[in-house]
Amino acid sequence: MYQVIGGIISPVNDGYRKQDLVAAHHRVAMARLALQTSDWVQVDPWESEQVQWMETVKVLRHHHSELLRSLPQTEGQDHGRACSVAPTAVPELKLLCGADVLKTFQTPNLWKDAHIQEIVEKFGVVCVSRTGHNPKEYISGSPILRRYQHNIHLVREPVQNELSSTYIRRALSQGHSVKYLLPDAVISYIKDHNLYTRDSSWKGSSTQRNEGKTD
Amino acid sequence: MENSEKTEVVLLACGSFNPITNMHLRLFELAKDYMNETGKYRVIKGIISPVGDAYKKKGLISAHHRVIMAELATKNSEWVEVDTWESLQKEWVETAKVLRHHQEKLEAGSCDHQQDSPMLGKPGQKRKWVEQRQDFSQKKLLEPKPKDVPKVKLLCGADLLESFAVPNLWKSEDITQIVEDYGLICITRAGNDAQKFIYESDALWKHRNNIHLVNEWITNDISSTKIRRALRRGQSIRYLVPDLVQEYIEKHDLYSCESEEKNVGVILAPLQRMYKSLNL
Repeated sequence: MYQVIGGIISPVNDGYRKQDLVAAHHRVAMARLALQTSDWVQVDPWESEQVQWMETVKVLRHHHSELLRSLPQTEGQDHGRACSVAPTAVPELKLLCGADVLKTFQTPNLWKDAHIQEIVEKFGVVCVSRTGHNPKEYISGSPILRRYQHNIHLVREPVQNELSSTYIRRALSQGHSVKYLLPDAVISYIKDHNLYTRDSSWKGSSTQRNEGKTD
Repeated sequence: MENSEKTEVVLLACGSFNPITNMHLRLFELAKDYMNETGKYRVIKGIISPVGDAYKKKGLISAHHRVIMAELATKNSEWVEVDTWESLQKEWVETAKVLRHHQEKLEAGSCDHQQDSPMLGKPGQKRKWVEQRQDFSQKKLLEPKPKDVPKVKLLCGADLLESFAVPNLWKSEDITQIVEDYGLICITRAGNDAQKFIYESDALWKHRNNIHLVNEWITNDISSTKIRRALRRGQSIRYLVPDLVQEYIEKHDLYSCESEEKNVGVILAPLQRMYKSLNL
């Protein structure tokens, strides 16, 4: 039914001000290193380079229009029609996230209802399971999500993996090895730039967030 | 404690490594951090010892490939390496014997390198052990103090610990020898279950000081069985095994429905040996 043709990692803007968030240029660089060997997933720094933090739906809109712009236009068969691509050829852009993000849709005032609706209606969500989360429950508990549940694809992860950035940061600040949890190139980068050490942790305040974000 | 007072430890992991995964590699890292943090030990080396083909486990592909994959996986490790001795033996070798082999090798090596710590060398270099002559009698005069010889300990997950309870799989004297003469470092996320298991076994309880339970706070469920299953189903195993291993598997088309049928109907070597000794 679907053919996945690309993956985009979009690191959040520094303006998000999440606790322990290191500078965007580092997070982008690390993602780039991690994806060096991937032939289909890439990093897009656009979101991180904006002047301020922006809502997820705006990021989706941006990337979707970029996708449309990059499509090959039909050559000038002059039937008097404007050049256009058949609707079925337009790739769909879906939000990929963990079940923890789906849960944050419930948090009061974190997401605008209109945005949630646009995300599940116009784009679609691919949600990967996570220990301690029950995404089916989150869907059934929300009218908007229920209505568009055909557009929310739940992915069961056969290999349970509780790895999280929070765990990584804690391990690093305690001087523990994170080898084989992160690509070697990312570990070297963290070491070279002295990121996530005991001194650098707990910087940044836990200011109120406007939307839930995965680690 | 001064470095010189610490017991030097070599971590030995036995297993099928069919294929080796990031979880196997994590065992080493977790064990090393734990042992070093006790302040009593200094982990100097890790050894991966893939089991020989004579083990006859279902789905076990040839040792040749399993060894190469383990070598690819440890290419970028400064302290973990692969040892092929066990895999090259014609008959299956009990784990206790593998431990003994490596301990004796260390003791023989120590004689020649009394002044040197085995870990000396620039980072990134692994010391390759020189093969020693079998005849140790001449070495007696040079025998180092016991504390100077690094100690081999068996590194494993909870599944191995609990396999001690499987009837006829292990000789009870081997279990005793492993925990008495060597020691066990067991990485587990179900610490309480493992403790209970030790409590319920007289042999393990007696040597509980030599059994180190290391908590794996994050579940990392990357078993080789799941990897093989994913491969049979055409699913991606990227980021579950080192890239080089994934490429090697793909290049040689190693795991399939056919390969999983290998040794079906054949009795596992340790069980076979036990039945033979019991004249069954």
